[in-house]
Amino acid sequence: MKHHGEKSEEMANRCGKAIAVAVLCLGLLLGHAMAQGGGELRFCLRTEPKSFDPLKVEDDASAAIRYLTGGVLVRVNRNTQELEPELAQSWKVSKDGRQISFRLRTGISFSDGTPFSAEDIAYTVQRLMDPALHSATGDAFRSGTGSVETKVISPTQISIRFPAQVAGLDRLFDQVAILSERSPKKEMAVLGPFLVADYKPGSSVLLKRNPYYWKTDEQGRKLPYLDSIQLDIQPNRDVEILRFKRGELDLINSLDSEYFDKLAATSPQLVHDAGASLDSEQLWFNEVSKSPIPAYKKNWFRSANFRRAISEAINRDDLSRVVFHGHAQPAVGPFSPANKFWFNSKLKPQAYSPDAALKALQDEGFRMENGALKDKDGNEVVFSIITNSGNKYRERMAVLIQDDLQKIGIHVNVVTLDFPSLIERMTQTFDYEAIILGLTNVDLDPNGEMNVWLSSAENHQWNPQQKVPETPWEAEIDRLMRAQASTSDASRRKEAFDRVQEIVVEQEPFIFLINKNALSAVSTTVHGAAPVILSPQTFWNAERLTVSAK
Amino acid sequence: MSLWRKLACVALALVLGASVAANWLAPGGYARQYREATDAPPSHAHWLGTDEIGRDRFARVLYGTRISLLLAPAAALLSTLMAALIGGLAGYLGGAWARMAMAVTNVFLSLPWLFLLITARALMPLNVSPLVSVLVTFMLLGLLGWTTAARVLCTTAGSLRTSDFVRQARAAGIPGQRLFWLHVMPNLKPVLYAQFWISIPVFILSEANLGILGLGVAEPMPSWGSLLRELEGLVSVGEEPWKFVPLILLVVVVTSFQLLLSKQEEVAA
Repeated sequence: MKHHGEKSEEMANRCGKAIAVAVLCLGLLLGHAMAQGGGELRFCLRTEPKSFDPLKVEDDASAAIRYLTGGVLVRVNRNTQELEPELAQSWKVSKDGRQISFRLRTGISFSDGTPFSAEDIAYTVQRLMDPALHSATGDAFRSGTGSVETKVISPTQISIRFPAQVAGLDRLFDQVAILSERSPKKEMAVLGPFLVADYKPGSSVLLKRNPYYWKTDEQGRKLPYLDSIQLDIQPNRDVEILRFKRGELDLINSLDSEYFDKLAATSPQLVHDAGASLDSEQLWFNEVSKSPIPAYKKNWFRSANFRRAISEAINRDDLSRVVFHGHAQPAVGPFSPANKFWFNSKLKPQAYSPDAALKALQDEGFRMENGALKDKDGNEVVFSIITNSGNKYRERMAVLIQDDLQKIGIHVNVVTLDFPSLIERMTQTFDYEAIILGLTNVDLDPNGEMNVWLSSAENHQWNPQQKVPETPWEAEIDRLMRAQASTSDASRRKEAFDRVQEIVVEQEPFIFLINKNALSAVSTTVHGAAPVILSPQTFWNAERLTVSAK
Repeated sequence: MSLWRKLACVALALVLGASVAANWLAPGGYARQYREATDAPPSHAHWLGTDEIGRDRFARVLYGTRISLLLAPAAALLSTLMAALIGGLAGYLGGAWARMAMAVTNVFLSLPWLFLLITARALMPLNVSPLVSVLVTFMLLGLLGWTTAARVLCTTAGSLRTSDFVRQARAAGIPGQRLFWLHVMPNLKPVLYAQFWISIPVFILSEANLGILGLGVAEPMPSWGSLLRELEGLVSVGEEPWKFVPLILLVVVVTSFQLLLSKQEEVAA
């Protein structure tokens, strides 16, 4: 039995507890609401954006801003790699692959309130394809001579006809941010989740929520959740890491394996390894017939057996483990396994076998004398590998390869050059023997690599700009690349490109070394982040990210 | 000799001795890759740990010291001889010769030497062994580093030319060549020595700069420059103090040279 006084005290205690719980709940709700509706995301751009005009994007910084501010008709989902509708409700590519028709969403406005219609798409496409603009994005659509015709059927319907077939036409629109024809703000009027609110050259770019953004989440709340994104221009990666560690930045979109491990050692919850990316590192030999290197070396380099033997003598597992601390995968061929649709899954990485490599070379007429490999004419097998100075990962790969090849009697000289000198040797004078460089793939579609695989292409680096293919296998690759580009039938395209990959693996004009993993770091204050391998790895779903109080 | 100079001599002797005995102190060599023990901390097997690709850091420091300490004086000798030839002779001859030589010197001084070295390095043949590359790197340093010394020598030789004892010798009928070798050169020697000693730490640092840019001595051969590149990652170095050893060694050697140099400067003065 309790006294009256005790009862009142108990009552008061209960009331107090109830109020405390209510305040706590209210606080949590408010906190959640604030997190849902507010917050500023901060990260770094490594260079100054060269342009805010989305059609003139050529650099990573401008591409990041275009991704965050631009509204596109269709978007490649960076997670599923599937094409999804955005401003376009639906679309249809004609059988001949020359025409695409879009049906648009209604009730959408640009960031300054100007209504969006099919006229804006016609304006954007005409401007994009204007040769005077020199748009790299527009170049991807150029497949034949003649002009592009746009036909506005209604405010919500448009068809665009190209002079020749454009393979993978619909996916190319992922890069085309729609401009307003009528807005006085021109390219600063955007349809994406954010708009450029402030720009301090050399310092930062501030993006703010677009009040007219059309998307809502599953609960009907307006997107994006974030109030703003602060992009600091910071070329120094060390400073970027330090600022991230101090909590001044919320994410690092792309991280080196060395820094990844350092961060992982202290804060494993902050780092993300999304697996093999599309980027590859490769070694290739100079096969240019007019190059000023000795004829006997040209004979080695133009021999597929020699190239295959070199490939077999390189320990790719060690390249991955030692140079990239395990954050890379031995490369298979032109496309990384990360490219879910186009990768030829029948292909496997070249197994490391110095004995088999030596035997293959001996079958070719090479012989070992006093620990040095010599060709059938008695020339010692010595060549140089050049790479760009300052890239420690490539330099380390070169030193590992130097050591690997020493085991089969091949002496390699590693030379690091400043990048302009390297490019001049590679593209102008052809005065080199072997190079280690990388390919950065931003496009999932093989058409993005036409400028590499066609024998007439400038970036056909082992032997560029051939008037006619110099080898039967290059002729076959030319035929297959053109065949896949001239049909919109996905399975036929895949079949043709699978064969291209097989030929490249058989002939090894590029000795693919590794595919780097997509590494990133995201603060625990950022909610909703799911880093992926496609660019932009960490903020591909920026409209759904939230940042809680630090 | 002051205590500091004695210490400097001892430090230089120790460093030089250890580098000369590298084969004995680090029999594994500087190029061997222990791929199962990359970036390892100091241990009984690897006194200064291993680098990013598993090479013994102690061995690389010893061999790198040998290269930097043997070749920097060679480059200094080359640059001093060039300075003596161009600056000393121009100062002695005077007039148009001196003006022409100083004009050339000024042109060389106005060139951005780092970019010049990078360009010269880029123009070199690619297929050269690491040993040749190291020789060429220091030769380039020597060939491009004579200008400051040439100005000093030109001025000194110019003042010697108008000095009383040279005038008296000339009036006594001593021919020009004999006058130069017998009376001018002995008086230039202290300045030449001083310039030689000054150049050594300058070339060591220049090679280190080139190495940091990845343009110095070719792999797998080590040099102080390539060893100092490990210090690029500011984030990591604080946790791995043994990576500072090449830097400490560089500071000790350059400081020792400076301490010895002050003696040479006194002599020159």
